[in-house]
Amino acid sequence: MPLNKIISISGKAVPVPGADMDTDRIIPARFLKCVTFDELAGTMFHDERFNDDGSSKGHPIDAPQHAGAAIILGGENFGCGSSREHAPQAIKRSGIRAIVAESFAEIFFGNSSGIGLPCVCATREDILAATELTTQKPDTVWTVDLHSMTLSCAEASYPVRMPAEPREALMQGRWDAVVELMNAPEAVAALAAKLPRPTL
Amino acid sequence: MGKTLYRKVWEAHTVGTLPDGRTQLFIATHLMHEVTSPQAFAMLRELNLPVLHPERTFATVDHIIPTDNQCEPFADPRAATMLDALRRNCKEHGIRLFDLASGRQGIVHMVGPELGITQPGMTIVCGDSHTATHGAMGAVAMGIGTTQVRDVLATQTLAMSPLKVRNVRVEGTLRPGVTAKDVALHIIGRLGANGGLGYAYEFGGSAIENMEMDGRLTLCNLAIEGAARCGYINPDEKTFAYLKGRPYAPKGADWDAAVERWKSFASDADAEYDDVVIIPAEEIEPTVTWGISPDMNIGISGSVPSPEDARDAEGRKAYTTALEYMKLTPGQPIKGLPVDVAFIGSCTNGRISDFRAVAPLIAGRKVAPGVKALAVPGSQMTAQQCEEEGIARIFRDAGFEWRLPGCSMCLAMNPDRLVGDQICASTSNRNFKGRQGSPTGRTLLMSPLMAAAAALTGRVSDPREVFDIV
Repeated sequence: MPLNKIISISGKAVPVPGADMDTDRIIPARFLKCVTFDELAGTMFHDERFNDDGSSKGHPIDAPQHAGAAIILGGENFGCGSSREHAPQAIKRSGIRAIVAESFAEIFFGNSSGIGLPCVCATREDILAATELTTQKPDTVWTVDLHSMTLSCAEASYPVRMPAEPREALMQGRWDAVVELMNAPEAVAALAAKLPRPTL
Repeated sequence: MGKTLYRKVWEAHTVGTLPDGRTQLFIATHLMHEVTSPQAFAMLRELNLPVLHPERTFATVDHIIPTDNQCEPFADPRAATMLDALRRNCKEHGIRLFDLASGRQGIVHMVGPELGITQPGMTIVCGDSHTATHGAMGAVAMGIGTTQVRDVLATQTLAMSPLKVRNVRVEGTLRPGVTAKDVALHIIGRLGANGGLGYAYEFGGSAIENMEMDGRLTLCNLAIEGAARCGYINPDEKTFAYLKGRPYAPKGADWDAAVERWKSFASDADAEYDDVVIIPAEEIEPTVTWGISPDMNIGISGSVPSPEDARDAEGRKAYTTALEYMKLTPGQPIKGLPVDVAFIGSCTNGRISDFRAVAPLIAGRKVAPGVKALAVPGSQMTAQQCEEEGIARIFRDAGFEWRLPGCSMCLAMNPDRLVGDQICASTSNRNFKGRQGSPTGRTLLMSPLMAAAAALTGRVSDPREVFDIV
């Protein structure tokens, strides 16, 4: 099953500011009552975006000028809280193809990498500058480039960071680990035979 | 230099190195619930793969089940669909499911330790962030996503990179009325909700060594709220005594060998840590959250902070957002704040020790008028113990609704939820916006003692005053 190599993502950006953007805010628990990920697209940041009566709270995601954005600009500890993969799935299925934030919660980061949604870190200063630029000129086309490790547009370029292993996995088209994990059946069998398991 | 438990367990479970540089890590025990698994089974089907080691996966149902009436069919058809899917998947793949009729159903993080499935020296994963709980038994336990659940089902391994290890030592004697929950909240407050990014937390020090297993489980449960994906405590005599005789624990001659093996996993005295933090036990008060992140917490004698008290500009923004959402005023004492709901339960504080601690304090007293008080044992085993010990009756007599086991009001996936901007004195683990089911609902995280005090007085109260704890 060949996977696409994820090296460069280009598109408009949308700010989702604030520290500790938890996965309950990314997708409230009531939307987890499902047995597939297929219907999650409209649920991304639902209660941040909509009032009880369904009217808009005026979140940047729903601003016409940010429509079709491919990149989220976030804050510190993005994706903290619950391990629900529904969170990155909802984001990806809403058309977002990369997230730039100050830092990411571990589980969210791993879940995102594993479904080919790159999460890269930038400094607060640079994210604020990019947010300012994209707020002033929402049509700015940004590129997250994993090769040069930059977030850039015509007017600016900022360095971004990502640990080496997931970066390699994305760039080599190996981000879905299951293929590699099936390559060492003997070694796995040897450990399974050796390591205790709970038994009645 | 010696090694940490984390490193020893990691090395013992390493299959090899993957082409991208990550470790292929063998998973000794995989726990499962109904919310994060159905999609994983669907992915398996798509790849036409079997479950490689079904004997290493254990499932239960917890998030979606109602706690007032568990007769089927459930009123919520979507909940019924999810339980059906779990049953079908477990049956098809030969996975042990602790179903409603088993007498062993409960919140997945209660079931593992209670049944002795959680054992020292194991790698344990579950599609749930509070999997860190199991680290209290000396395991390396962490939450994973659904695609990783698929990886474990298909290969019994995961692609992972090791974390750094921070030794968090709580030294000294905890003051009366201060529980494991207060210790956890205090640590998160000190180190920050994002302080543990990139780290596993090894909890140690005399206050932790003196803590009973249920308290240790509460502490490790909350590691993730400080951003540490994994929290653990070195296994000791308390760990072994807890495990002995549990259904899935080793028996007979195997027991002694297992204990010897478990001991070998404990961090060496000269183990090398990436960071060490020492917290004096005496500085910890009964602690309560005031905001929308678990690190926004203060001692019960404290006042709601002002944005000016935050560390930096981002912190000031976060404090402002939190104060607005919580409808609190800077400088306002947290003590005395009226509450609408009190909830004792969840994978954080739904254990037998939690109910044993509260029962004698509320015996003969009544929940304050107008307060909805829920007591939800975390598992059927705990519920049964509470019945046998007369604890359930004490709670009922005091005016608590004594419920059936499940995640209940910790998160909004079952009928237990806040309404409007109700304030809940809650023993759960997250005070995020909307967490308890109402987009404007307000959660104050606290210990079972403080939640009980709030239930009886109708206000946030110091449990030491309400219950004469000295």
